[in-house]
Amino acid sequence: MVHTPEQLAFVRTETLPAQAPPATAAGPVHWLRANLFSSIPQGIMTLIALYLIYSFLVAVIPWFANGVWDATSIRDCREQLDGARGGCFAVLSERWPQLLFGNYPSEHYGRATLAFVLLFVALAPLLFSELPRKMLWFTGLFPFLAYWLIWGGSIWVPVLALLGVVLGFVVYQLLADRSFFGAIIAGVAASMLFWVYLVGPLDSALSAIANISLDKVESREIGGFMINFILGISSMALALPLGIALALGRQSDLPIIKTICVVFIEFIRGVPLITLLFVASVMLAYFLPPGSNFDLILRVIIMITLFAAAYMAEAIRGGLAALPRGQYEAGASIGLDYWQSMRLIILPQALKISIPSIVNIALSLFKDTTLVSIISMFDVLGMIGGPILSSTAWFGVYWELYIAAAAMFFVFCYGISQYSQYLERKLATDRR
Amino acid sequence: MKNSLLLGAVAAAGLVAGAAGAGTLEDVKERGKLNCGISTGLVGFASQDANGEWQGFDVAVCQAVAAAVFGDPKAVEFTPVTNKVRFEVLNSGEIDMLSRNTTWTFSRDVDLKLDFLGVNYYDGQGFMVPTELGVSSAKELDGATVCIQQGTTTELNLADYFRVNNISYEPVPITTASEAQQQYLAGACDVYTTDASGLAATRAAFEDPSAHVILPEIISKEPLGPLVRHGDDEWGDVVRWSLNALIAAEELDITSANIDELAAGTDNPEINRLLGSEGTLGEMLGLSADWAASAIKANGNYGEIFEKYIGETTPIGLARGLNAQWTDGGLLYAPPFR
Repeated sequence: MVHTPEQLAFVRTETLPAQAPPATAAGPVHWLRANLFSSIPQGIMTLIALYLIYSFLVAVIPWFANGVWDATSIRDCREQLDGARGGCFAVLSERWPQLLFGNYPSEHYGRATLAFVLLFVALAPLLFSELPRKMLWFTGLFPFLAYWLIWGGSIWVPVLALLGVVLGFVVYQLLADRSFFGAIIAGVAASMLFWVYLVGPLDSALSAIANISLDKVESREIGGFMINFILGISSMALALPLGIALALGRQSDLPIIKTICVVFIEFIRGVPLITLLFVASVMLAYFLPPGSNFDLILRVIIMITLFAAAYMAEAIRGGLAALPRGQYEAGASIGLDYWQSMRLIILPQALKISIPSIVNIALSLFKDTTLVSIISMFDVLGMIGGPILSSTAWFGVYWELYIAAAAMFFVFCYGISQYSQYLERKLATDRR
Repeated sequence: MKNSLLLGAVAAAGLVAGAAGAGTLEDVKERGKLNCGISTGLVGFASQDANGEWQGFDVAVCQAVAAAVFGDPKAVEFTPVTNKVRFEVLNSGEIDMLSRNTTWTFSRDVDLKLDFLGVNYYDGQGFMVPTELGVSSAKELDGATVCIQQGTTTELNLADYFRVNNISYEPVPITTASEAQQQYLAGACDVYTTDASGLAATRAAFEDPSAHVILPEIISKEPLGPLVRHGDDEWGDVVRWSLNALIAAEELDITSANIDELAAGTDNPEINRLLGSEGTLGEMLGLSADWAASAIKANGNYGEIFEKYIGETTPIGLARGLNAQWTDGGLLYAPPFR
């Protein structure tokens, strides 16, 4: 008899395909049971939560969907809605430029927008180390360029201000071999002297030769979200170096420097920001000689910078304190002087530890810039609460305006916070 | 404590500023612009249109003064100031005049060294409550929570009124009229109190105005008017008589429509003196002869300004009431131009 393969006992040559798990142990049903209805109280809580979400959406979605985007006044909105629930977003379409730019002359919106776009070009190489380092040159130029674009006036003022910085840098380079600290002081002093005594006369001289200028815009005309941005960015940029200096000063062995730093930090931290803003806006006018016009935005930037720097200093001091003593000793043992070891060993590590608190301060600083509405500067909230809501046409339209303002702040604050998390991951060398 | 220190500083600085800035009119002329302090936003009295131009009943006073000085109502820099800093800003010399619905009181006039130059709106403090509360008189408000603006005379009036009537209340402090409206509608307070004009404007903006009543009691006198620093009477005269010119113009039936015709000369010597075709009133003020004509042309006479910004044809819908001419049973009474 010939045995054909068919007559052999059954031998499986391949594994069975896996069966789908029972519906109760996988898939959406399992997920629901595991996460939402694992027990009776859990199930009840889930139902309550679903109900709350549902009633929230039922209230909010028609409000957005029915929104009126084209109307001349709140009464017009109500007529168009005819009793239905809906937002009166027409106020946003009509007053959008005012929310963004305040009373900035409308023919120059392009200048302000350009400055805003260039800001990101300037920030990019600071934020992402992959980008070509040559872009840092633009970052260095940006403050002067942005000033010229936003405030206008003669181009020679920002150019000369830049020259002052260059002069300070040259002085620093010449003296850097002798003492890092002394060179910095000398450099700053040289820049200051140049700005105070030479910028004015040189500006008039150069303007007489070649008069390149944009239309001048007064500080009082700058407002809206733009001023929150100007105040936030410039105060932050100035507060970080000042905060580092204060943090180091507070740890110094030199009694005078230490005392100055401690008194400054404790004084500023003990005073509410709003008090400093009042001093900037009202009281300074009494102390300055009559007729002197010290720009209000500049006064406010200085006050916010001082305020943020004090907090920044404490955040960085936390970073410095977290470093093991061995790091300082390592620096000393290979023959680095104080400034070298700070620059090369201590600060890079201390700043990395402080990133979350520094970002925290940056975010709260950005949002605190809305406090300037109390000293009658028309930032985005001042613009809403003052001129827009008091116009006969839009008196009574709150939610739409404040939601728009909240959305603007959220976009930027969330962006900053996401960036800081990216930075922490990138710098997490010790946990790799 | 902090307040009295601040007031002391203001008073001291006011003396200095008053002594230093003896010639505000010259300063203003030299600058080419009038610096006028206005509200940061009050419906009908000061607000911005979509182009960022300030307009309103208080703004019109600034424009009239600018027109009187320069012949150009646009020669004004508006400095919006909040309730809290308005007097400090005026005393520090940052602004030349304040036209910001400010109540004329003894202590502001005397202690804070300010000069009130007349009244452009006679107001009084009232109460608004939801109809469903069933309250018909302010005396029934015992234990109520009251929304009230800080740093204003209304705050003090309220305390006085409730003490006199021996009833208690709980204040909910707020800073702006729009915030007040929000808080009141959200039910954070049972009662909203402010000047009756403000109440009318707030109520007019409600979706259902009939759900709210303004109680009959007016508990205070609130004469609102423009003011300047103490110690510069020449400048004070310019502002005072610019305002008077607007009021007198209504009494004399001078309107923005017929002013060009009347300015050429009329049979009425008072009109002629006011509009400069007779006499030397402008010269006495240190201004041009057509100063009053320019001031009136800026936004029309007092009645026209009233109708344009807050009158019965506007959504705010205020009646003239006390603010009618004395000939119509109101309180407006401009001294003679002679």
